[in-house]
Amino acid sequence: MKDGPPPVLRLTEVSLRYGAVVALDGITLGVPAGRMVGLIGPDGVGKSSLLALASGARVIQQGEVETLGGNMAHRSHREAVCPRIAYMPQGLGRNLYPTLSVEENLQFFARLFGHATAERRRRIDSLTWSTGLLPFLDRPVGKLSGGMKQKLGLCCALIHDPDLLILDEPTTGVDPLARAQFWELIARIRADRPGMSVIVATAYMDEAQRFDWLVAMDEGRVLATGHPDELMALTATRTLEAAFIALLPEAKRRQHQPVDIPPLAGGDEDDVAIEARGLTMRFGDFTAVDRASFRIRRGEIFGFLGSNGCGKSTTMKMLTGLLPASEGEAWLFGQPVDPRDMATRRRVGYMSQSFSLYGELTVRQNLVLHARLFHVPEAQVAARVDEMVARFGLAEVLDVLPEKLPLGIRQRLSLAVAMVHKPELLILDEPTSGVDPIARDNFWRLMIELARRDRVTIFISTHFMNEAERCDRMSMMHAGRVLDSDRPAALVARRGKATLEEAFIDYLREAEGAREERAPAPHAVAGAGPAGAKPEGAGIRIRESLGRIYSYFWREGLELQRDPVRATLALVGSLVLLFVMGFGISMDVENLRFAVLDRDQTVLSRAYGLNLAGSRYFTERPPLADYGELDRRMRSGELSLVLEIPPGFARDVARGAPVQIGAWIDGAMPQRAETVKGYVQGMHQQWLLEQARARGMVVSSGLARIETRFRYNPDVRSLPAMVPAVIPLLLLMLPAMLTALAVVREKELGSIINLYVTPVTRSEFLLGKQLPYVLLALLNFLLMCLVAVSIFGVPMTGSFPALGVAAVLFCVIATGMGLLASTVTRSQTAAMFLAAIGTMIPAVQFAGLLNPVSSLDGTGRLFGELYPASHMLLISRGVFSKALGFADLQGAFWPLALAVPVILGAAILLLDKQER
Amino acid sequence: MKRHLLNIYRLGVKELWSLARDPMMVFLIGWTFTVAIYVAATTVPETLHRAPVAIVDEDQSALSARIVSAFYPPRFNPPALLALPEVDPAMDEGRYTFILDIPPNFQRDVLAGRAPRIQLNVDATRMSQAFTGSASIQQIVMGEVNEFAQRYRENSVLPVDLALRARFNPALEQSWFGGLMEVVNNITLLSMILTGAALIREREHGTVEHLLVMPVTPTEIMFAKVWACALVVILAATVSLNLVIRGALGVPIEGSLLLFLAGTTLHLFATTSMGIFLATLARSMPQFSLLLMLIVMPLQILSGSMTPRESMPEGVQALMTLAPTTHFTELSQAILYRGAGLDTVWSPFVYLFLIGCVLFTVSLFRFRRAITRMT
Repeated sequence: MKDGPPPVLRLTEVSLRYGAVVALDGITLGVPAGRMVGLIGPDGVGKSSLLALASGARVIQQGEVETLGGNMAHRSHREAVCPRIAYMPQGLGRNLYPTLSVEENLQFFARLFGHATAERRRRIDSLTWSTGLLPFLDRPVGKLSGGMKQKLGLCCALIHDPDLLILDEPTTGVDPLARAQFWELIARIRADRPGMSVIVATAYMDEAQRFDWLVAMDEGRVLATGHPDELMALTATRTLEAAFIALLPEAKRRQHQPVDIPPLAGGDEDDVAIEARGLTMRFGDFTAVDRASFRIRRGEIFGFLGSNGCGKSTTMKMLTGLLPASEGEAWLFGQPVDPRDMATRRRVGYMSQSFSLYGELTVRQNLVLHARLFHVPEAQVAARVDEMVARFGLAEVLDVLPEKLPLGIRQRLSLAVAMVHKPELLILDEPTSGVDPIARDNFWRLMIELARRDRVTIFISTHFMNEAERCDRMSMMHAGRVLDSDRPAALVARRGKATLEEAFIDYLREAEGAREERAPAPHAVAGAGPAGAKPEGAGIRIRESLGRIYSYFWREGLELQRDPVRATLALVGSLVLLFVMGFGISMDVENLRFAVLDRDQTVLSRAYGLNLAGSRYFTERPPLADYGELDRRMRSGELSLVLEIPPGFARDVARGAPVQIGAWIDGAMPQRAETVKGYVQGMHQQWLLEQARARGMVVSSGLARIETRFRYNPDVRSLPAMVPAVIPLLLLMLPAMLTALAVVREKELGSIINLYVTPVTRSEFLLGKQLPYVLLALLNFLLMCLVAVSIFGVPMTGSFPALGVAAVLFCVIATGMGLLASTVTRSQTAAMFLAAIGTMIPAVQFAGLLNPVSSLDGTGRLFGELYPASHMLLISRGVFSKALGFADLQGAFWPLALAVPVILGAAILLLDKQER
Repeated sequence: MKRHLLNIYRLGVKELWSLARDPMMVFLIGWTFTVAIYVAATTVPETLHRAPVAIVDEDQSALSARIVSAFYPPRFNPPALLALPEVDPAMDEGRYTFILDIPPNFQRDVLAGRAPRIQLNVDATRMSQAFTGSASIQQIVMGEVNEFAQRYRENSVLPVDLALRARFNPALEQSWFGGLMEVVNNITLLSMILTGAALIREREHGTVEHLLVMPVTPTEIMFAKVWACALVVILAATVSLNLVIRGALGVPIEGSLLLFLAGTTLHLFATTSMGIFLATLARSMPQFSLLLMLIVMPLQILSGSMTPRESMPEGVQALMTLAPTTHFTELSQAILYRGAGLDTVWSPFVYLFLIGCVLFTVSLFRFRRAITRMT
């Protein structure tokens, strides 16, 4: 190391913690350049954290990280080396966009690195040709197999000719043939670009055996470094896995006992626990399982070996009755599988791929709940739980929530839960993925005990070769088909190979058949093009920057098109709500139901009632007979108003004696009651005048008259008043929520990593993502205006261009608020909640929707004055109802224009360019 | 049968535990049934609260000064005095809802019995203030003019009087309405969120699949969620009605609380089923929330819990008879405000029961079909 080239990566005393958890603990390490370097160790030892620091994706907390000869804590260095590093994060295709096609994903990444159209075409063709993806350019990434996703991930990483390739567990869960092809590909690329360094994290020891240099890690520390042979020599072991266990600290090593499998007692060949014949599962035109057949004897450990997505889980689900088979039959203990058969379910225990117990229930509650749901007799529940606790070593964690337990213990708990009702058959779907080798071996010892001592039949799926080797018999599965089933040794012997892996690859090659043939290369192979040396200059930089904005804009637009729920909501959501609010929030009071309790029954008293009935505001209901009826009908809500005309009404009026008419108003809805009160009073006055005139009395016209001019809305109707106010409200709320989702979705799905490790800047990222939503919001605005004018018949009296300009500003603000909400939240739910609360409440309460801002006091007033929606509301009302234009509304435009840079600036500042 | 009931009971208890250990949800329940109710009830402004008013005083007399000083908080902001040319721009900018123009020689003409005109300009784009506000201003102005004039001449008394009384809420306090309707709306909202979220959480954690391999049927799973969520909402509503509505807000509840809770139970049967239905349509929490918003807002706004149903278009009214919220609002208003008994509100009960049955059946059908595909 000392005499070679300078290290590609150097870490000095680097520590990293997530809350209380220490991920990296004072690591000092120099990684040689130009080699194939492996980080080995089980999940959760800090491999991914180390790689994220090295690539600049994560913020350095403590210590010094130097990549490609510069300090990664400095922003300028990060920006300079970012185009020279390619980082492929953990998880198959986590940085890819599943709804986009292979071509679209590659185009997106190529644009981010500023390649021109012709150059993009050349690179994409040559990369996909060399990885065999060329025929699948149009296929959406979500529908690719694991191996293909991982190849595409590699293509995306290589699109800019990096000098350092960082791969975080690129082959986990991929079948061995695809894995072998993947490493061949890497070898070819390294041959083309000899200077390129590759750092790989892996959990597969057999893979690591072929690397140039290894770093063995455990609990955030480096155990040892060196060539694989050196590590094995150091520990005097023959395999790397054994070497790794030997390297572990004494305390850990002591927990480990080698797994010893007693042979299966020769039982009755016909005592069959599971039998499947021609089991087939289709989802649409996709065949997940294709005519799978196998037999599992009672007491046997039967393994299912295959890659992720080959149909293992689907087959298991069909056997448990979770999925009804499209074709074929299966028998459990001689009974056909029937999802409604509760009796058979009690004989089966199932443990699914992911940990799937109730995280909100304690370990004890989980065990008790499952025991009861499986109808263990109530008297035995406690004893049974105790038995499980003792057997699976859970005594110390009984009252702990499972979420707080380490993975290994959770796995034991899952097994305990699956065993609590003493099933005769256990179906375990990849129970050991993600568990370290020691915990895995312990888990196997428990299973072997169950199988041999209790004669429980165990059906287990795995993608680890060494686990499959431990099974009594096994099936190899690929692309939905069972390739062959037998004892592992017999399978190896049948193919004449040395190891199970080689045998499996042989089977796979046979299954893949002639698909290996390649089309001729369309262009020169990747890496031959001129890289790095690009012309510099301000104009070029701006053009590149616009290119990256366009890249994000284009990608976001495509994604939105392909998400039916979001797209529908974006397009029709606001229209639906406009209709609802237009019709629903009506202050008009019409067709009020009233009845008369006429105790006079004269022409005059009836005329009084008719006076009301003739108006459009009131509808008369059958008259009332007595107080009892009055009470009942008012209580039911049938009548909003009751008039009581006293006996002798006509006589007293004629005499000029004082009379009192009673009016009862239903006060349950105060707003309505106020209006009714106003109407009734007005009617009464009018009636009085008419009576006076009819009697020839001299009508005094009063002392003064008030002439009320209802301006802008002479009929005082709700619709023309509400619609111009609702449009800004909807233009704020929905775009803000949708935009908030856009950024946080990337955080949740993991593709935010592209912001961290590609040359795209924060403002380019945000603007690019915002643009499609602004355009959508504007389209929405136009639709809403159209509906307002044509369907609601609300006239637009002012200048439409003024409203249009304001709408553009306001849409940018609304989506900007969504971006702001998304920068401070981590989950989609939280982002939506924040965006909804942050826009709805202020807009409704403080922006002058119902009561003008000037009616507010204190902070509410200040907030109302500053909040952009208040100004948009003024403009919208001004243009719709008040016949105003630019000149009249200047005062409202300036605050809107000012809010744009403030909100966008805040969003950009708060967004992290590295993960924290 | 006993086995089914036991399963439903145990799965329901499990739901309650899950809920109890989810701090976000517990907070949400607590918040929506206490603080949110209180805030909604007290911040619904009285129709006239600090209404912005301006006066153009062209008379500058004792009477016009009296009128100016008659407007004061809390119903009106102290009036601003404007010059005549300022009126139109001020109205256009929306600074004032009301502008009163007192003409020159107003006092003289009043005393001379010439019945002069005062002009009241109302910004009718502000519906909520425009109507009641103008009536109130008329009353104030006429009151001042009458009182002023009475010192100089006698006025005739009207022979027929109209005695107006508001039943059920004599002072027409907005908070009575706002508070109770917020409880009613939150019952709908929360019951849908709780059941939907409970199902989506199970799906996201993969525990649905786990339940289905046990001797438990989808019907039992759904019933368990329905009863557990309904129970939580009913408890929260009861506490809220007693502590917040009766206690903190001091709103009298006329009718029988038990009858209201019985109605609520029927309503929850319908809404929890709807929550499950929506959760089977959505693939994730965010999608569920978006769907929920699109469904709940119309259900609430058009149910009559915000504005009177009779002023909505007839088509909307007819359509909304299919919605459970309409009937729930109807029965809550009848029972809580007007003290109605079962004899008067039996019809919304029947409607709710029928709607609930239909929704439950449809949701169960959909749930059974969707649940196997959820994993």
